[in-house]
Amino acid sequence: MEEKEVLVKAEGVSKKFSKDLKTSLKYGVQDLFANFGRNNKAAVLREKEFWAVKDINFELRRGECLGLIGHNGAGKSTLLKILNGLIRPDEGKVTIKGKVSALIELGAGFNPIMSGRENIYNNGAVLGFTKKEINDKVEEIIDFAEIREFIDMPVQNYSSGMKVRLGFAVAAQMEPDVLIIDEVLAVGDLGFVLKCFKTIDTILPNTAIVFVSHSMPMVARICNQVILMERGKSDYKGYDIVKGIGLYYNKFTTSETGILFDDGSLKLESFDINNAKEKVQIKRGEDLVIHLCFTILKEMPFAPRVYLEFRDKEQRPIAGCIANEVKTGINSNTIQYEITIKNILFSLGLYSFDLGVMDYESKSPLLRINNLITFHVESNNQMWVPIELESECKVY
Amino acid sequence: MQLETKIYQKENNTNIPKLLKESLKDIWESRFLARQLAERDIKAQYRQSYFGILWAFITPLLTAAVWIFLNLSGTVQVSDTGIPYPIYVFSGTLLWSIITEAINSPSQSTSSARGLLSKINFPKEALIISGIYKLLFNSAIKIAFLVVFVFLFGLGFHWSLLLLPFAIFGALLFGTTIGLFITPIGMLYTDVSKIISIGFRFLMFITPVLYTIPEEGIMRTVMQLNPMTPIILTSRDMITGATPEYLGYYLVVLLLCIPLFFIGLVSYRVSIPIIVERSA
Repeated sequence: MEEKEVLVKAEGVSKKFSKDLKTSLKYGVQDLFANFGRNNKAAVLREKEFWAVKDINFELRRGECLGLIGHNGAGKSTLLKILNGLIRPDEGKVTIKGKVSALIELGAGFNPIMSGRENIYNNGAVLGFTKKEINDKVEEIIDFAEIREFIDMPVQNYSSGMKVRLGFAVAAQMEPDVLIIDEVLAVGDLGFVLKCFKTIDTILPNTAIVFVSHSMPMVARICNQVILMERGKSDYKGYDIVKGIGLYYNKFTTSETGILFDDGSLKLESFDINNAKEKVQIKRGEDLVIHLCFTILKEMPFAPRVYLEFRDKEQRPIAGCIANEVKTGINSNTIQYEITIKNILFSLGLYSFDLGVMDYESKSPLLRINNLITFHVESNNQMWVPIELESECKVY
Repeated sequence: MQLETKIYQKENNTNIPKLLKESLKDIWESRFLARQLAERDIKAQYRQSYFGILWAFITPLLTAAVWIFLNLSGTVQVSDTGIPYPIYVFSGTLLWSIITEAINSPSQSTSSARGLLSKINFPKEALIISGIYKLLFNSAIKIAFLVVFVFLFGLGFHWSLLLLPFAIFGALLFGTTIGLFITPIGMLYTDVSKIISIGFRFLMFITPVLYTIPEEGIMRTVMQLNPMTPIILTSRDMITGATPEYLGYYLVVLLLCIPLFFIGLVSYRVSIPIIVERSA
């Protein structure tokens, strides 16, 4: 297949910011004057400055999507502003071909006391449409936003979702070569998010997209390249999305155990997985054996039910297991469980589970502990989804 | 089809003709945006008010009324102006307000668009132009009053009245040029706008806005040197049909303003990324 043309190219892009407002303004004035003369001196950090973005390199072709991930303050938005030409890099160079449009904030330029229809014209003008183009598209925009009923109402009475819809509907009319998206899809209801993705899917083949998001499922869904940023630098860059996302998750390993509910009838004394308590490693397809030992503080006729809820690294609940073997006549004041989960189908990655203990008869909760143990599943295949199903395959 | 290529890097901004060409091109291409922004602000200004556009008439009339009252009641003694005092005051304050508003307009437009500037890349020159549109709209009403007054006070029609648009243009050019130069620093430090507002309150007293240039004394020298004097006086002479006294100085100031205006445009253009970075 013929390689498509490179639309975005970043070479050693760096940007420094000042930590202090007063110095920032002072440097600003200095920069204003330096701006007029020769301006190609190497950038050095002045006092109280730091690199907000340092040495970012990538190439993006038509039809490709680059995901920018990293925790808050890693420099993603600053990089986007540089790509969008809002601020100049202090070092390096960005080359962009074609029409660029940015969904950084939807509905920029909206005036609250003007009607939706008037604001379509305002917003459209800011995005670079001509009056004729907007006249041609205004009906389509209203339909896309699904707010025909309220289109002549002042925008200040719109719900936040309606404003975002209207903003996206206008922006979606652009036919950019390069599209920059920053977190805007996070707001809006499910229907709207799906609609946005549908739009992005249709324009993706003809566009190079730079996508910033904290939602890894979204990144995994549309990106074919990712850059993981950390303190302005690129920690990982490549086409292996799953690896990039994995590294991103490893930056947040501090998920602490928390007792959510305790009615005082039981106390968890000890627990383990496959006889290990920390850094538990399991191979996919093996059995998972969980031991739990409780002290009984209040007398009860039956052994309580135990419920385990497994979560993946994004804290999404992915599987559950109810253990309710009837054991009557508890005579000692401790009770032990051994729960074997057969043939673990989880894919490579980090998992944890929550523990719930319920009264056998009334099913009322007795104890609930979140994030009891974290364990790592090893597998040969790297997958984005948490469960890799067993399958047989015949090829004819 | 050849795609337009944009390169963003730290660069030498020494090629002023090239920057100016880009700037003028952006002004042309963003004419719809400029109009739309001005329309938005003007509509928004009056929509939330019961009297609406009437306010645009009330303010200038009141200002003039106060000065006429002060003059008629003898509270303020003004030396003979040669023309009916109401016209003198009204034309003076009108021209003065056009100049000061033109100076403030670029920073105001840029400042109120901070939110946009940090999010969307659009031709920033549209902000300047929309500011001028708004200014013209607000002044148009006052100018209409002025013309009515000219006839009402019996000055009658004379050919130089046709130069009125030129006079307005001169005042706009002068003000906008100064405005363009102070905007970049003014966007960083709020001190600038404070200095401007205080400074112009005093500047008005060394400009023949409300009274004529005295016959002698230090005030006469200062007022004659003040570059705003020829702007106000010559424009006023065009309106009233008098022979312009300071025509030479007036033309020198305006001719100087033309190249300075273009340099101001370029300086504004290259300063915007720094402003966005530091204060938007």
